[in-house]
Amino acid sequence: MSNGYSPAGKSPNIDLIMLAYALRRSAAVIPTLFLLVTASFFLIRLAPGGPFDTEHGLPRAIKANLEAAYGLDKPLIVQYGRYLEGLLHGELGPSLKMRDSDVSELIARGFPVSATLGAAAVAVALLAGIPLGIGAALRRDSTLDHLALGYAVLGLALPSFVVGPFLALAFGVHLHWFAVAGWHLDVAHLVLPIVTLALPIAAQLARLMRASLLETLQADFIRTARAKGLPEAQVILRHALRPALLPVVSYLGPAVAAIVTGSLVVESVFGLPGTGRYLVQGAIDRDYPLVMGMVILYGALTLIANLLADLIHGWLDPRVRHG
Amino acid sequence: MADALAVELGSWARTWSRLRRSRSARVATVALCAIALLAILGPLWSRFPYDRLDWQHIAAPPLTSAHWLGTDRLGRDLYVRTLYGVRLSLAIGLTASVVSVLIGVAWGATAGFIGGRVDSVMMRIVDVLNSLPYLFLVIAFTTVFGRGNPYALFAAIGAVGWITMARIVRAQALSLRRRLFIEAAVASGAHTPRILARHIVPNVLGPVAVYAALTVPQMILFESFLSFLGLGVQEPSASLGTLIHDGAEQMGSAPWLLIVPASLLVALLLGFNLLGDGLRDALDPRDQTGLSLGP
Repeated sequence: MSNGYSPAGKSPNIDLIMLAYALRRSAAVIPTLFLLVTASFFLIRLAPGGPFDTEHGLPRAIKANLEAAYGLDKPLIVQYGRYLEGLLHGELGPSLKMRDSDVSELIARGFPVSATLGAAAVAVALLAGIPLGIGAALRRDSTLDHLALGYAVLGLALPSFVVGPFLALAFGVHLHWFAVAGWHLDVAHLVLPIVTLALPIAAQLARLMRASLLETLQADFIRTARAKGLPEAQVILRHALRPALLPVVSYLGPAVAAIVTGSLVVESVFGLPGTGRYLVQGAIDRDYPLVMGMVILYGALTLIANLLADLIHGWLDPRVRHG
Repeated sequence: MADALAVELGSWARTWSRLRRSRSARVATVALCAIALLAILGPLWSRFPYDRLDWQHIAAPPLTSAHWLGTDRLGRDLYVRTLYGVRLSLAIGLTASVVSVLIGVAWGATAGFIGGRVDSVMMRIVDVLNSLPYLFLVIAFTTVFGRGNPYALFAAIGAVGWITMARIVRAQALSLRRRLFIEAAVASGAHTPRILARHIVPNVLGPVAVYAALTVPQMILFESFLSFLGLGVQEPSASLGTLIHDGAEQMGSAPWLLIVPASLLVALLLGFNLLGDGLRDALDPRDQTGLSLGP
């Protein structure tokens, strides 16, 4: 993968090329987001049943009034046009089930919680996974390497909805070190959710980092660097690490997607007031605007993460930005 | 063609013998077979149906009553319910990966072999699907078909699982396209569907087998995840996901309700992952880094 890579020499207009690449790549996000909005709008509406179907059934007149009030009696294509128009003004519409709230208010209430958890989990995963992967690659077949590999395999087989309850059982219920549930900005309440989210991502990062560094260390330019007598530390830091980071950077997009899905579980296991429950509850209730708002929020997050990964990729590897 | 076939068969035999030498793959295979047998036959040995409420034994711990692994808060037999969950997991894992192999191979081989505009349109569709988190697609699908319908769940999970498969097969087909034996087939007048079926598909089976093996645990995980959130299997049916969800709610007073289904799920996931890793190493012994198929 990184064979034939050589660190870029400083070219005079490298910033310009990078800027053009960044613009080209960012422009592709908008049509994708538009497709996402369109596809999910119509898919959600395909489903039989609606938000005002209750167990006992509302009187027909009341149901018709409710649907008229929310514009749900109009043809689907008109509703779609209205939704897009609102979206351009930054409006996500009212929630159909939580009657007193706009979708944007609900998101504004829950998102800080989810974002804090997610950002902290990514940071913990990077700080744990990358050094572990590097250490394992540099000391191949050592105890550290075997531990890292074992952890990487286990990480794939231990889903967050198993890890979360077990951590809560061990450290909350039995040892009383941390809180089992609830949201406060202190160590006792934050450690278990963050660790639950970070563990599988750190495992994947360690696995990728190890594999990629091992492969890079076999490349010709590393042999050259060693042959010209550079100290090993410099070979690793200046020559091997940068290309070896490429596959790890590509994992940023999937990692954010993993955080998003993980946060649904973690928020439900630890009873946290984040945005995850809105997606699930919205889907069950057919609360169309709420589900759409969540799809747009999480879709945009994933797209931005992928964009960021591509930009870092382009910055690290000149072949990408010239492509 | 005869030569190519001989090489192909030879390499399959070699792969098989390498796979048998891998200790972790052997252990995983034995464990998976044991779990599958237990899931199929196990419920027959118990006299409790999975949905029978036993008011005499509510939340009974394991080995304290006629219920071997105890009961849940409604007095339902945990042993039988867990095995039903395993049955569902195995069925979902296998069918969803078969579906994703069928769609993925057809899509990827066609795009890669025909190339040009067809390829770019087909792969753009894959890119868009790939940029959406799986979860939304599946939530959309399950709301379309109604929650709790297991067949809808099978279809939904299989329908989103083929994307990576299509990419892998396309990359392989692109590189095969320029090979001499394909050129010879084209020159001898074979039609595109025939070339795809006879020459392209058999030559991409190796990576497809590896990825299919690694898809099974992903699909099992996905079903449990959806059921855990309440979007998958509904009461009174049992899935490992719903069992873990219920177990987590009562872990303080009845930890066995969490421990039993969680350990079976982890065993299944671990087994299939180790088997997939073993298969990958056996197919490509030069590649020791585990990078060839991505994460």
